Amino acid sequence: MKIGLFIPCFMNELYPEASMDTLKILESFGLDVDYPLEQTCCGQPMANTGCAHESAQLAKRFVEIFKHYDYIVAPSGSCVSMVRHHYAQFVSEMEGFEHVQKNTYELIEFIHDIIKPDHLNVSFPYKVGIHNSCHGHRELGLASMSECHAPAFSKIKDILDLVSDISFSTLERNDECCGFGGTFAVSEEAMSVAMGRARLEDHIKAGSEYITGVDMSCLMHMQGLIDRDKLPIKTIYIAQILAKGLA
Amino acid sequence: MSDHPKLAEKFASNTNRMKWHDKALWFVRQKRDIQAQSLPEWEALRDKADAIKTHTLANLDHYLSAFETNARKRDIEVHWARDAQEHNKIVLDILRRNGATKLVKSKSMLTEECHLNPFLEENGIDVVDTDLGERIVQLRHEPPSHIVLPAIHLKKEDVGTTFEKFLHTQKGNSDPTYLTHEARKHLREKFLGADAALTGVNFAISETGGIVVCTNEGNADLGASLPKLHIASMGIEKIIPRLKDLSVFTRLLARSATGQPITTYTSHYHSPQHEGEMHIIIVDNGRSQILGNKKYVKSLQCIRCGACLNTCPIYRRSGGYSYGYTIPGPIGSTLGASKAIQKNASLPFACSLCASCSNICPVKVDLHEQLYLHRQDVVDAGLLDKTKHRALKMATWVMKHPMIMDSGGKIARKLVPILPRNLLYSKFNVWGKNRELPPFPKQSFKELYKERKK
Repeated sequence: MKIGLFIPCFMNELYPEASMDTLKILESFGLDVDYPLEQTCCGQPMANTGCAHESAQLAKRFVEIFKHYDYIVAPSGSCVSMVRHHYAQFVSEMEGFEHVQKNTYELIEFIHDIIKPDHLNVSFPYKVGIHNSCHGHRELGLASMSECHAPAFSKIKDILDLVSDISFSTLERNDECCGFGGTFAVSEEAMSVAMGRARLEDHIKAGSEYITGVDMSCLMHMQGLIDRDKLPIKTIYIAQILAKGLA
Repeated sequence: MSDHPKLAEKFASNTNRMKWHDKALWFVRQKRDIQAQSLPEWEALRDKADAIKTHTLANLDHYLSAFETNARKRDIEVHWARDAQEHNKIVLDILRRNGATKLVKSKSMLTEECHLNPFLEENGIDVVDTDLGERIVQLRHEPPSHIVLPAIHLKKEDVGTTFEKFLHTQKGNSDPTYLTHEARKHLREKFLGADAALTGVNFAISETGGIVVCTNEGNADLGASLPKLHIASMGIEKIIPRLKDLSVFTRLLARSATGQPITTYTSHYHSPQHEGEMHIIIVDNGRSQILGNKKYVKSLQCIRCGACLNTCPIYRRSGGYSYGYTIPGPIGSTLGASKAIQKNASLPFACSLCASCSNICPVKVDLHEQLYLHRQDVVDAGLLDKTKHRALKMATWVMKHPMIMDSGGKIARKLVPILPRNLLYSKFNVWGKNRELPPFPKQSFKELYKERKK
């Protein structure tokens, strides 16, 4: 099984350690992981701003680069949702598209659905609040939604439950948006900031020591507010918890 | 031209009020969750409602003409209005023909959309909105800020001062019970003196030719029962095929809207009063244009419960007026963009695409997906901010050239850490207005990966 690792453009530039931890975890399962060097961006920022012409060019590149892998794994719920739910408009005719669409997974989703580990050798003795980032949550279905009448589940929590000594905080609003939203963070700055602050208040009130999740972008937004407002809480990308102790 | 970001910022600048508004609406959302989760068949009901509406919209001409025939058999007069102007003229003609000058209205967003009140007032008609919230905003000369809770932007103290001014209530008394009693007295007089009543329509039943109106205050019933003349205004999309379909929607409507199992009054009107007249005006006003557009047709399924507003983290923090459109929130943003993209170009972006609206919608309107697509229409119409468009085009070009991206990233990682703070956090850095930038690392992942591979 050959895995193509997709690292979102901003993570490559700004979060090399979280990205490296993603690679390490995949390798720790004995997987053959390759990171194609010509990759850049999935096109999500352009698509979310309505620039279909530009997104189409990047979607084509993505499919071209990744179509030969059995699975494509990315540490980003929103990028995966872009491929799974929005690529059809741009590249549905392209050879390899359906394969890429079907086999592109978010990291935790991949571990949960495909690898299905029953244990992890890692300890994280902190109280953790899970940030259910919207695209992973509602578009990829990583967990049950507060709006719907369905049995409760969370793939993120299932995987974190394999971590020793970890405990979880209970939020008042379990799956509300943090306000990042791609270019929304800038075009609706006031709303974005108000939403982020509200999420942080909820986490602090619930006693979270760390906020974790499957989208570094949401965490980057919240960490930006934490640093500016000097709040007593930290963010940590989920792979950085899981890879603790891996060489 | 709407400018959501600016108006939203203005509303949110009063942090306490913004938080209070958010909390008030979240409370309604929580009540709704309890109701939805108390019905094991909730998701099946949504599927059923979606199926009925999809079928009805695909056969709208048939159901509308059957409705007209059946209503006429019941001595209800049916009128057709192409747009707001025609609708308003029909209302005025009916009133004039009957010598009516005092009209009591029960909440109808369609008449808001048509700007009926100012038109009638200019023509010498005394119009009184009888829904309590609606009356409050009417006295203040404001439009509703929410489709179900029209005065949700006001605190009880605001209502107190409004009533002081217009209804001469006790100074400084903002006790909700007291104010409600005073409003009741005031409205009773208006009901008793009215010549005619106008109601909205929640559901029009094709099979029977009658209409159904849902209210919590019974104001539609008082209006339609006291004066002999009843006018009902409905959009073409309000039709449902059969009486037995109604229960699907009444079970969903109140639960989604206010978290009640059912509205206090679900009133059926199937004929004029004894020696009275009943008129139904069926209004298009841009709806058939949406009906013909595959991308947005589902927005016509909306039953105006307001659940998407209550769940929307942006609506809750920006208030209804920030949208600058009759219907605010996710549903208003898609309807507004469908109707006039030029005027409402900022609305599809007043959304983080969190998708909560699509999942809460009782009739499964694909709201966040519509807003995503409307953004492409904004770009196609050349309405995206030029600087933003140029930046994204530039970014795309860079992303197509990995080597340029790599060296750009390298330079940024070297440069940013040594830039003076006032340069890095200038007014051009919108991100940095309230947020710190992440610390720039020494190496990219790609660099680390290459080193590791060696």
